[in-house]
Amino acid sequence: MNIIIVGGGMVGENLVAQLNEEDNNITIIDTIPETVNKIATRYDVMGIVGNGATHQIQEEAGISQADLFIAVTGSDELNLLCCLVARKSTRCPTIARLRDPEYSKDVPFLKDELGLAMVINPEYVAAKEIARVLRFPSALKIETFANGRVELMKFRIPEGSALIDMAVKEVITKLHCDILVCTVERGTEAYIANGNFVFKEKDILSIIASPKNANEFFRKINYKADSVKDAIIIGAGAVSQYLCDIMKKSGISLKVIEKHPDACEEFSALNPDVNVINGDASDNEMMLEEGLATTDAYIALSQRDEENILNSLSAKNTAKCKLITMVTKHESAELVSHLDLDTIINPKTVTSDMIIRYVRATKNSLGSNVETLYNFIPGKIQASEFKVVENSPITDIPLSKLSFKNTILIASILRGDKVIIPRGHDVILPGDSVIVVSEIMPLHDIADILK
Amino acid sequence: MNYRMIRYVLGWILIFEAIFLLLPALTAVIYREKELLHILITCGICAILGGLLVLFKPKNTLLFSREGFVIVSLSWITLSIFGALPLYLSGSVSSYVDALFETVSGFTTTGATILSDVEILPRSLLMWRSFTHWVGGMGVLVFIMAFLPLSGSYNMLIMKAESPGPSVSKLVPRVRTTALILYTLYFAFTILQFVLLLFGGMNVFEALNTAFATAGTGGFGVKNDSIGSYSPYIQVVVTVFMLLFSINFSSYYLILNKKFKDAFNTEVRWFLYIAFGAIAIITLNISHLFDSVWEAVRHAAFTVASIISTTGFMTVDFDLWPNLSRALIVMLMFIGACAGSTGGGIKVSRYMILIKDIIKEFRIMLHPKQIKKTIVDKRPVANEVIRSIYVYFGTFIIVFALSFLLICIENHDITTAFTAVAATINNVGPGLNLVGPTQNFIFFSDFSKIVLIFDMLAGRLELFPMLLLFNPATWRKK
Repeated sequence: MNIIIVGGGMVGENLVAQLNEEDNNITIIDTIPETVNKIATRYDVMGIVGNGATHQIQEEAGISQADLFIAVTGSDELNLLCCLVARKSTRCPTIARLRDPEYSKDVPFLKDELGLAMVINPEYVAAKEIARVLRFPSALKIETFANGRVELMKFRIPEGSALIDMAVKEVITKLHCDILVCTVERGTEAYIANGNFVFKEKDILSIIASPKNANEFFRKINYKADSVKDAIIIGAGAVSQYLCDIMKKSGISLKVIEKHPDACEEFSALNPDVNVINGDASDNEMMLEEGLATTDAYIALSQRDEENILNSLSAKNTAKCKLITMVTKHESAELVSHLDLDTIINPKTVTSDMIIRYVRATKNSLGSNVETLYNFIPGKIQASEFKVVENSPITDIPLSKLSFKNTILIASILRGDKVIIPRGHDVILPGDSVIVVSEIMPLHDIADILK
Repeated sequence: MNYRMIRYVLGWILIFEAIFLLLPALTAVIYREKELLHILITCGICAILGGLLVLFKPKNTLLFSREGFVIVSLSWITLSIFGALPLYLSGSVSSYVDALFETVSGFTTTGATILSDVEILPRSLLMWRSFTHWVGGMGVLVFIMAFLPLSGSYNMLIMKAESPGPSVSKLVPRVRTTALILYTLYFAFTILQFVLLLFGGMNVFEALNTAFATAGTGGFGVKNDSIGSYSPYIQVVVTVFMLLFSINFSSYYLILNKKFKDAFNTEVRWFLYIAFGAIAIITLNISHLFDSVWEAVRHAAFTVASIISTTGFMTVDFDLWPNLSRALIVMLMFIGACAGSTGGGIKVSRYMILIKDIIKEFRIMLHPKQIKKTIVDKRPVANEVIRSIYVYFGTFIIVFALSFLLICIENHDITTAFTAVAATINNVGPGLNLVGPTQNFIFFSDFSKIVLIFDMLAGRLELFPMLLLFNPATWRKK
């Protein structure tokens, strides 16, 4: 695919890095020569210095041959203008990043009137993901597949859990839990769990299970799975704003701590129901006064990564609660993965993930029957959703009789409204949708998973 | 330094060299020459050694600037060292240094020869000599990149180090596709010239050799008098193609995409002004030597095209021309072709930016507070580009001066020593006096030949890859 990306910031570079890996022809446009140079040297892409909202620069980038146009500069208005100009000269889909809460209500209108294929609000997406985690706090991360019908939970095996030194196949026999273990991350490695895989402490598992089964499973492996009743949010930025909006009706009482009095006032005016505290989150005494020791969740959402990381680390010492930390820089994300913090949210990667999912879906709709492709563990493991057609070589045979490639796992079968967690005796029928977790490999058809 | 990756790329270089050698081997089969054996031995050595080196693909395929430079210079050295074997093993060239000189001269598209009589050379070896021009012209690593997915990203570093010119731009987002487009254009032009030469009555062997040597702007001929004894039609065809091959290939791509205005950019216009200006001056200067003005124009045009494209073919001995013409020819050597072409020299674009920048500096001397940018093609030239051009000129002068001194140790006349260095470092081929168009480089000592070999490689790779090879900091860990 020929893709034009305007804006070489964090999101832009992230997009370039991932889309370049997947064999797309990318042109990046930015006004700063150094940024363009850096990206064009580091990745195999074309760089153009200039204003991406001008028709001339877009022409130079080859807008007439483009299959997708993405505007992810720091300015919402510029992004809209870029897409508007692009739409006038070509019919290719356009994607714009819009982050200002003021525009959020206009999104459907803008999408229609400006012909945008997709509007992304990183902060809103991040807030939504935080809300999802708060609803099920045991998980580090919850991935949803098939339009939210299948949820995949990621969690870290706690100390002294019954799971340690247990093999995957023993989960059903010993614990009598109907769950499916998909992947295991250990340090920097990621594995697809086969029956003989043995768990160790601190492994990060991802499992598929119905909510009832999941709760039972967590109880059996003595993993705390209390629901969150109150949360402390650090920082009164855009993500906090969206999060408060989303959680308004959830019954969770929220407390926002913000250093700057002006920001506090503004936030309080917009969210009269939320408890807004003016103070420094690193002030331990004040934090204890505000109930840090007893809170169920601690969410660090200030503008600075360093602040968020340090605050989360110190909160970890004081409170035994769910920790959610927002980081925006690539470098910090790498660092925090070693720090044993609970959930890390990165609005930038969330944004690029969404765009990449869109690209993959459009790309894959040409000539293969992969419906959606998820970069499940970046660079290591993917999850693909297939539609099974008539006469496929895998239908009507029990799964245990099929010989799959080694690094393949069938994660779920969707039949009508039903979600089946597959076992050896299950069969795949024509018309089913199947989610396949595998190592990164090109899969074009469901038959490709067979040996 | 990622040594494994360097080893891996060098392995592929050898494998590709083995493939390249199949063409002369085929020639030897057609003409039933005994040199087939020596070519096949070299071919086998390259294939086996290369196969061993690429057996294990390194896990870490990351390349940084330093690896880029080292890979490019070592690749060219490796290519030449093994490429010299057929000439040496077959006994056609008695000393290995001579064989290496001839091969480096081939790959770097210089065309300076140590052979006094090329017509006695077996046809398979003549074919190999010309083919090295073709391979070296567009760049062997660019070729490999076009056909082999090396490491994906960071390929740009290699392309930058191998492609001539102050700033390299891609035609399309992917390096690989860019390389493929360049080679397709290159191939198409070569075929076109080959066909036109056949129409002129050349036989297939000579037409193919001449087309290879013109395309790479090399200059090895298959006859002792180069192009001199061919018909005027052939001389005109070669003149036109020498000029075509010294224009930036991206211009052709732009023309194919109907962007004519962008195609005839400032550099191309400057190049054409310089070429036609020189033709006019030399024609006036030499018209009394020929019977008709048209003959003078033809020879002047051929010589100017041959020198400015740094090919080095000749139709008449220009060393016998008046001093003005000879001086102009030496100056054209230093100017060279356009960036992004197969030609050598310092490149027109460097002079163009330099002169514009000097004019700008003059203005600033008069109005010290004035802020002014150097503009080329309606765009300001980045400061790094300007800086790199000054550094290039400075380095060029130093390398040139040192080589000149080293060649002078042998005590030939100054003109010979000066033009020998000028003709090799600019990848032209013939110089003046003892290294004039009808002479050759055989009389130099091995030491001088090695200096000139270095100059040819340094000139082809635009100095820095070769110089960085001798910089200890390149090899140090930090």
